Amino acid sequence: MLQATRRDGTSGHQQSLGDHRHKDGALVETATVFSRSGTRTGWPEPLRLLRPDGTIDPGSPVRLEVTGELCRQLYRDMLLARRLDQEAYNLQRQGELGLWLSCQGQEAAQVGSIRATRETDWVFPSYREHAVGLVRGLSPGELLSQWRGCSHSGWDPTKYNLHMYSLVLGTQALHATGYAMGVRAERADEVVLAYLGDGATSQGDVSEALNWAVIANVPIIFFCQNNQWAISTPVSAQTGTPLHQRAAGFGLDATYVDGNDVLAVYAVTRDQADRVRSGGVPGFVEALTYRMAGHSTSDDPRRYRDAAEVEAWQLRDPLTRLLAYMEAQDWADPRWGDQLRDEADQLAADTRAACFALPPPLLEDTFRNTLVTETGPLRAERERFTAYRESFL
Amino acid sequence: MTVSTAVPVRLPLGKALNHGLRQAMLDDPRVMLIGEDVGTLGGVFRVTEGLLEEFGASRVINSPLAESSIVGTAIGLALRGFRPVCEIQFDGFIYPAFDQIVSQLAKIRARSGGKLTAPVTIRVPVGGGIGAVEHHSESNEAYFCHTAGLRVVSCASPADAHLMIQQAIACDDPVVFYEPKRRYWDTDDIVLGPPTSGGLGLNQARVAREGDAVTLITYGPTVRTGLDAAAVAASEGHSIEVVDLRSLSPLDLPTLGASVTKTRRAIVVHEAPTFAGLGAEIAATLTEHYFELLEAPVLRVGGYNTPYPPSRAEDLYLPDIDRVLDAIDVVLAY
Repeated sequence: MLQATRRDGTSGHQQSLGDHRHKDGALVETATVFSRSGTRTGWPEPLRLLRPDGTIDPGSPVRLEVTGELCRQLYRDMLLARRLDQEAYNLQRQGELGLWLSCQGQEAAQVGSIRATRETDWVFPSYREHAVGLVRGLSPGELLSQWRGCSHSGWDPTKYNLHMYSLVLGTQALHATGYAMGVRAERADEVVLAYLGDGATSQGDVSEALNWAVIANVPIIFFCQNNQWAISTPVSAQTGTPLHQRAAGFGLDATYVDGNDVLAVYAVTRDQADRVRSGGVPGFVEALTYRMAGHSTSDDPRRYRDAAEVEAWQLRDPLTRLLAYMEAQDWADPRWGDQLRDEADQLAADTRAACFALPPPLLEDTFRNTLVTETGPLRAERERFTAYRESFL
Repeated sequence: MTVSTAVPVRLPLGKALNHGLRQAMLDDPRVMLIGEDVGTLGGVFRVTEGLLEEFGASRVINSPLAESSIVGTAIGLALRGFRPVCEIQFDGFIYPAFDQIVSQLAKIRARSGGKLTAPVTIRVPVGGGIGAVEHHSESNEAYFCHTAGLRVVSCASPADAHLMIQQAIACDDPVVFYEPKRRYWDTDDIVLGPPTSGGLGLNQARVAREGDAVTLITYGPTVRTGLDAAAVAASEGHSIEVVDLRSLSPLDLPTLGASVTKTRRAIVVHEAPTFAGLGAEIAATLTEHYFELLEAPVLRVGGYNTPYPPSRAEDLYLPDIDRVLDAIDVVLAY
């Protein structure tokens, strides 16, 4: 049954997926580290430039001018995101956040893709894109506010061209598509980037968005972080066909990339953005990665996945991989490393301080923000509430 | 730019909507139409007829057959600064878009702490009475009235259709706009053009007929039913006031209060099932505010609490003149 999904790389369906074939044209079976998450044997290998051992694959079809400056920037972005993520996780464990959804392990997918956009390009995240938010300039307080229960969205989307997190899976794919329709109607030089996960691809909204984006030929890239787990549901229970192949079936230009290789993610997303910006069909990037923590701080992943699988992915860590390469190139000066460590320490301290400094929400603001034009009944209810509350003062 | 006519023209409700949409598109280049078959066909009720030809495919967008997509992309367009007007082909087809309306559209402003707005209008042909097949005759306004962040309105006459669709599109909040499909062919003399100052606002009810014995509170397709019942009641010596709500959320409590203060008796009439419907909300509100002056309980005349029946039984399901007259007799007997 599973073997039936093997692709020989010669069918018409595979033509648009040529990038995913190895240089000899054959598809290589995936490694056995995908145990219970169940990426099936016979599925194609993702594009990769930087191998897990930190060496460049000389035969990789990924084209990128790799410089020390680029590597240092990407590494810094990833390290800061990981440090903020860890501090937020700790704050949740200490009862200061209601919930935290860790992005640990997915830093390369997020940083590589967001760094391939321009600041004017609108981004529609899912809910785990903390590294994306940091790169776009969100402060720790803005990132933590929602998870501390101080707001439903801690930042002004128009300030960062970064929409709110969408907690109802896949809904943002349609918002992004509509937004891109507007970009196209204005003939603006912008690309829209929509993040989603492997679980969200099962939502009808995502299929609808992929379909209409192609029909309308709008400037959009769907970036799918396939972290292989949707809470406890493995991707093998989510889809019967590789996600990038499904996207190709809708007519998108689909790419499959090693999501823990920040250089390949950056190159692939940049190429997609260039192509889409010049009027090409919408793009889809499936980035194969791994969610190192649970879905959220509310679940124990040991209940549904093997320690061996997690350990195998630990060996594919995106930061370790890039740093090994940089050290081999002599691009990781000790002084740079010390400064970066200090910067991360400061970010952690700032994150903790920002968490405690977040103002509690005012219910009056919820009343005021329900509608642009406050209606009579709503105003009356707000005034009754205010009088009631003040009766205790 | 306006297309005002100096003299009233006689138009059916559907055509009045068409003129209203056209006026809104002339007045604001960021108004777009999105829906199934709204282009070349002009919509299944021809409400968007001729607008593709006049405004082009970039402003009159024929969607794939996917209601969640219609509302979801409209949200994205609104975030970009456009004013999308969605057409849901029939009332019973709106449910695939329910999440996009209730969790996304309605909450964008509150979720963003007031930073984002989504001025999307969702047009919905509503109700029964045209002999349609299943899922084409429903009245689902209560779902959306229950959702904070949405405005819900229903036009009942050609003049209001022409006026209210323009007001809904100009409204900075999302509006669910119900069109009584069995009244699309009702005609009226109306003056075309943009809304003029001094007219009714989008959140105001209208006293459609004055009276002093009983207040009939209704909206959309049953406004005419209420007026017809009031005419019969008048021949029997009863003076019935008919209030056309126009706005279902928010409710125009001052207008309802003024009427009930005068008549001391109220009946709510709507096609939707009565349980947890708008009539229940109105009855509760009137009871809370006017308990001491009411002479009778507030009654509800509505659809039965069953799925909508096959169309050859719909005349028995829908509130009609006789059921309204019976309710009038009941409240007058107190």
